[in-house]
Amino acid sequence: MTVEQGIVDSNIDQFPIGMRVLAVDDDPTCLLLLETLLRRCQYNVTTTGQAITALNMLRENKNNFDVVISDVHMPDMDGFKLLELVGLEMDLPVIMLSANGDPKLVMKGITHGACDYLLKPVRIEELKNIWQHVIRRRKCDNKDRNSSDNRDKPNQGSSEATPDQKLNKKRKDQNEDEDEDRDENENENEDPATQKKARVVWSVELHRKFVAAVNQLGIDKAVPKKILDLMNVEKLTRENVASHLQKYRLYLKRISTVANQQANMVAALGSSDASYLQMNSMSGLGLHNLAGSGQFHNTPFRSLPSSGMLSRLNSPAVLGIRGLPSPGVIRLGHVQSAPHSANGLSHFQTVGHPGNNGNILQGMPMSLELDQIQSNKGVNYVRELPTHLDDTASFPISSGSTDMKIIAGSSNSPFVGVSNKPLMLEGHGQGLQDGQKFGNQSSLAAGALDPGYSSHFPDHGRCNDNWSNAVQSNGVQSNSFTLNDCFKQSTLHPSSIRDSMSAMALQSRNNHCDVSSISTLPIHLQDSKADLQCQVAAVSRDAGQIINNGPLGWDDHRQDDPYHTNGISNSINSAIPNGNGSLIGRSLDNMISQRTRSFSSTGQSNFIDTSLMKHNEVESSAMETLVRSKDGYLMGQQKPQDSYVSNNFGSLEDFVSVMVKQEQDKVKLPEGDLGSCGYSLWTCI
Amino acid sequence: MLGWGVDRLRADMSRLLAILFHQGVLDEQFLQLQQLQDESSPNFVSEVVNIYFHESEKLFTKSQGPTCKTDGYCDCRLDREFSDYKKMGIHLNQFMGSSSSIGANRVRNVCVAFRAASEQNNRAGCLRALELLEHEYCYLKNKLHELFQMEQQRVLAAGARYPLQQQQQQQH
Repeated sequence: MTVEQGIVDSNIDQFPIGMRVLAVDDDPTCLLLLETLLRRCQYNVTTTGQAITALNMLRENKNNFDVVISDVHMPDMDGFKLLELVGLEMDLPVIMLSANGDPKLVMKGITHGACDYLLKPVRIEELKNIWQHVIRRRKCDNKDRNSSDNRDKPNQGSSEATPDQKLNKKRKDQNEDEDEDRDENENENEDPATQKKARVVWSVELHRKFVAAVNQLGIDKAVPKKILDLMNVEKLTRENVASHLQKYRLYLKRISTVANQQANMVAALGSSDASYLQMNSMSGLGLHNLAGSGQFHNTPFRSLPSSGMLSRLNSPAVLGIRGLPSPGVIRLGHVQSAPHSANGLSHFQTVGHPGNNGNILQGMPMSLELDQIQSNKGVNYVRELPTHLDDTASFPISSGSTDMKIIAGSSNSPFVGVSNKPLMLEGHGQGLQDGQKFGNQSSLAAGALDPGYSSHFPDHGRCNDNWSNAVQSNGVQSNSFTLNDCFKQSTLHPSSIRDSMSAMALQSRNNHCDVSSISTLPIHLQDSKADLQCQVAAVSRDAGQIINNGPLGWDDHRQDDPYHTNGISNSINSAIPNGNGSLIGRSLDNMISQRTRSFSSTGQSNFIDTSLMKHNEVESSAMETLVRSKDGYLMGQQKPQDSYVSNNFGSLEDFVSVMVKQEQDKVKLPEGDLGSCGYSLWTCI
Repeated sequence: MLGWGVDRLRADMSRLLAILFHQGVLDEQFLQLQQLQDESSPNFVSEVVNIYFHESEKLFTKSQGPTCKTDGYCDCRLDREFSDYKKMGIHLNQFMGSSSSIGANRVRNVCVAFRAASEQNNRAGCLRALELLEHEYCYLKNKLHELFQMEQQRVLAAGARYPLQQQQQQQH
């Protein structure tokens, strides 16, 4: 023990030198690079290519590491899931790493509690700064624990004063305090500062009792001593309760702040993208909450989760949740019973009675006005979403109402969603993996969780793949398959498809995202897609018009043409059968070699327009323009290639540049309707 | 004589690198790799790059399935190849990550286009991008192998030089 402390002390002295980093990445190239970079920063590096190994290492002794850096996409476990677990169980700062800088993914990382989100290729300058996350976390934890000492007063409001004092302490002091506090948090009352022991693990049961006690006393009047008495748990000290209470309060605060921020952000963005983001994060949060609620609620609360989770839809609270819940283990096993939202919620006030979703709004509890504000916001947000999706008329009705209910139902328990985690989907997954009752949970997932769940389905498509969550994925898959059948049977006539889709939406209560994704780019309907595309190609070739690749039928129902570039690719599509397949590759090569990115800005629109015309015209004119615009560089590059290059040059270049530009401008796509929603969904994958 | 060989090799290497940078095949990330190479890790760059090639070979096989080189427009084969955009996306993402990590700029750019195409379910676009990707990847591989060979030769040549110098010194 003393040796350990000695090591810690020496680390602290030289901090950030010697900071212990655990790096997780399934890609050996990146892992080696990361390791080398970290060593160059003089950190103490441990690496592993598997998330599970990392988790085991951390579980063995969470004090072995100061920070974890993890890739987002890993085969054995989703990075977000790892993030969630580490945050919950070990409360270590986790930094996400990914090649994909999609803002939605970044948002997801944040909502799951990541301290930072780095993009590959990672640079050493960024790594040199990661120690700040460790310090920040220590400060926060210290704040929590130190303030607990002063908590033995009936007036809880004064607890806010103490953190300020602590902030002024030097890092060393804080670390020492942290050690002491850690000791205090032991289950057994040992002399502080003698030994370092594991922290109290706030299990589901424990937290449930805690919350019940707090509610009983009233959040304002909840004193650690009284809470402790109410909880009546052996070996739990007042200090434990006090620190937990502090975190709880912080959590509540964060919920409101985050909700406000989220509202602002959405307002700022203003477009459907924003609402989509909101939806995403909301649903993600919803899922979170499910996990959270699963975690902290016992039998009576079981039903809560579904709604609780969904409720989180409106309060992006999860953003800061990490602070609150002491790392409890997610016991999703508890989250088993039927998806009747109301239960847990009303529980807080009354003894659980499975009220209707509608009732929940009234039965809402909490003296926390935040909740109500949030629920309102949430409702509004969700409402807004459907309006953007002008695709299926029925959609807003079905999903909207569902969402409303759910949101109304769940907005209560802010503290439920503690584990800032991830999609409940994942939480569920874990629960499922743990061998909990599949059936119930799946129904829970498929049924009650529709909005939240489905909307995340595309996001977690990969997640589903990685997980052995057959049930869950089946749940959603079945929906999509039925839709697929529907789609196949129906003609390309938009209204009929739409009707069938809406019918499906109504029947299966498919989540709007699913519907939207289908209406735009049916992820699951690839076969029929192929047919569409072929037909499209044929038509485009003949008609020489731009026809969207994706939602053929939806064209006339769209105002914008978000798939403008699809038209180009379509022209390429049609260009292909004309021959020169290999040429395209080569000419594409040329184009790429000229730094497509910079290219994309040059007369792109010209190319797009011209590509509509016959190929030869296009190509020659395009090439000429290209040649002119690119000094001699272009020519230099072209020379090695044969003259055929010119044929499809223009359209190919358009394609590539547009693709790249599209990639860059993904978030800025103009569509304010379903199109963007679906497209955005796609990009999440 | 040997000294001259070393210098010439070094010049050749520099020239090759300059060309690669100019073409956009490599970018500044590669420079970072080179900077990480020092006495403690003398073969760092070649190590990383070899790992990269090793992993990428696997990726190519995985993402494609049986390669469809002859007739890229056969729908049934396309379906099989690209039937799972998600999986493809995953591999692609990893490939993009590792490519950008070693500074393979052009490869990374094609990956970006590829990803965009796959996100739009643009099968033809994906096919084209895949073709292009293979091309770029092969080109990169060849050039880097060339570079490493030159490096090896240079090291050998430099090593051979030293004994000569020592002898000369001893003679003096």
